[in-house]
Amino acid sequence: MKKVKVAFFDFTCCEGCQLQVANMGELLLDVLDKIDVVAFREVMSERSEDYDVAVVEGSITTPHDVERIRNIRAKAKVLIAYGSCATIGGINGMKNNFPLDDIREYVYKDAAKYFETIPTRPLHHVVKVDYSVNGCPVYLPEFVTVLKAALSGIPYNVPDYSVCVECKLNENVCMYERGITCLGPITRAGCNSWCVNNGNICYGCRGMVSNPAEKGQKDVLERYKIPLDWIENKMNMYNKPRELKEMDDIEQER
Amino acid sequence: MTLSRNVKVNVEYLTRVEGHGNIVVNVKEGKLEDCRLDIVESPRFFEGMLRGRSIFEAQHITSRICGICACGHSLASIQAAEDAIGFVPSNQTVELRKLLLHLENLDSHLLHIYILVAPDLLGVKSFVPLIASHNDVVRRALRMKKTCNDLCDILVGRHVHPISCIVGGFTKLPGAKELDRMLELLNSLREDMAPTIELAAGLKFPEFERDTEYVALVSDDAEYPMLSGDIGSTDGIRMDKHDYRKITNEFVVPHSSAKHTKANRDSYMVGALARFNLNAQKLHPKARELADRLGMKPIVKNPYLNTVAQLIECVHSLEDSVRIVEELKRNGVNQKEAVTVGINENKSIPVSPGNGVSAVEVPRGILFHNYEVDAGAKIVNANCIIPTGQNLNNIEHDMRKLVPEILEKTDEEITLAMEMLVRAYDPCISCSAHFLNVKFVNR
Repeated sequence: MKKVKVAFFDFTCCEGCQLQVANMGELLLDVLDKIDVVAFREVMSERSEDYDVAVVEGSITTPHDVERIRNIRAKAKVLIAYGSCATIGGINGMKNNFPLDDIREYVYKDAAKYFETIPTRPLHHVVKVDYSVNGCPVYLPEFVTVLKAALSGIPYNVPDYSVCVECKLNENVCMYERGITCLGPITRAGCNSWCVNNGNICYGCRGMVSNPAEKGQKDVLERYKIPLDWIENKMNMYNKPRELKEMDDIEQER
Repeated sequence: MTLSRNVKVNVEYLTRVEGHGNIVVNVKEGKLEDCRLDIVESPRFFEGMLRGRSIFEAQHITSRICGICACGHSLASIQAAEDAIGFVPSNQTVELRKLLLHLENLDSHLLHIYILVAPDLLGVKSFVPLIASHNDVVRRALRMKKTCNDLCDILVGRHVHPISCIVGGFTKLPGAKELDRMLELLNSLREDMAPTIELAAGLKFPEFERDTEYVALVSDDAEYPMLSGDIGSTDGIRMDKHDYRKITNEFVVPHSSAKHTKANRDSYMVGALARFNLNAQKLHPKARELADRLGMKPIVKNPYLNTVAQLIECVHSLEDSVRIVEELKRNGVNQKEAVTVGINENKSIPVSPGNGVSAVEVPRGILFHNYEVDAGAKIVNANCIIPTGQNLNNIEHDMRKLVPEILEKTDEEITLAMEMLVRAYDPCISCSAHFLNVKFVNR
């Protein structure tokens, strides 16, 4: 069987999700037995423009990014958005909490004009995305599942129930019971409640469920006397770009 | 002949480094006209984004500056935050943090030595052809990388973006069983370290020297300083971490989205080689033995040998990790120290407003985080200075000395020598371009 050609690309991100691939250990060699990695700048000098599957990490934050992702989309038969930055905008989206000029000048002062920037967007705001691997970083078992689905041409649906479902199965004590706020109730599952298992809260890195139990969440906040803006502020750490319109209107903005 | 030749090197998207950089060299009639490392990474505005957020979120956010040095950023962030709010961590917490820093160092150095550097020295483009030609080497590399990862899983939940190490301590602590498992994993690393040393000892590094200033943490005690200490240099600088700006003296150059630095001279170097040059006598005896065997004696002035210094540090970090875990096992881990903090809704951590600084030796060199925090535990100002940012200027000075020395070589050879030079510094370009704060320049 001819091996499928896979290329890895990174946009604005920390490259930690790509690094997760190297963290597979010797299992990686089994994966490489099935696919032909033709581009992966972080670990390879070889580079090919001929690929079937594009695995794309990072979010769109510059006009150049917009052009580049459109090029990749045009070449790839399958495009996988890989990690929170690509699927929901992620941490980079916090930039959108500020007026762009303000944040640019705060960081770059007089040199601000050299650093063109647009509001942070996930990939699907700009191009069609075939598969999503959520998480900051991605949860390796899920990536392997998605890769298998992509290679065999079957769909993968990201779970659309909350992290709490997995968290309960893992028998964690609820963070609200421990006196602190957690985004588990409104965040998509699929990570096996990774952070809460380790004693921390859920930060919402996998994006929000499509039908959050708003009333239930408000009851929880009331019961524990938690101001709504605390939760909102937390949601805006990973999920701020959700407020932007899906855009074919980048041109209009420019 | 060589003296009148023209050379144009334009390496776009330098590979096998973290982040995006281009190398530009332009020699006209034997005269070096241009020699730059362009940093073209998209800016991410971390410092700007931190404003107004809870100081208790700083670790989670700044960890995301870099997937490779996530634990290093976390530790720097936590310590700067604690310095700012006036929190003093327990001894157990400090020991666990030292262990985490060792694991980060090991993980990062091994990745660099095996995956990013070894292919150059074995004459291939990446580790992929090595799967066929050096299968045992690739397997060992991936196994060691995974073992470091498994160790971090136990200690902090995962290596890329650690979960349980936060301001105040750890949200989850290893028990006796976990410590045993860690010792098992560390021992398996020891087994793989021997052939790693043999491999690295057989590699031939380019000969090149340039006299520069080396900057790293220094201390008066016997410990090889990584997590804390004063700032020191081979030119005799010694100052408190709070004075870090007097060392870094950041300045902006137009071709780089990461700022440059200089101290006493035109440039300085940070990283494994700088630490070795300042603190070699404090390394674990096994690491010192290896240094002797490899002929490494301070002050080493060949930047390509940074990779060798990393190898020596691997042995140190591994052996000191074993020491820490064995001590924790002997004394037992006090599980009562586990913390539940969130954004401190439960007020479990007392907060006083202040300005806090940390200086931590992460794999690529000394990393500074600095936060100004108000009485409501909100971040007013943030500043971070990244090791690679500090090295960029030194890399360019190396390039300027190196190019005229190798002009008789072919364009391809020159290009490779330049790429290898940049890679030797193990640059983390995405890190360095994420912190470009010029707001303190005029202070």
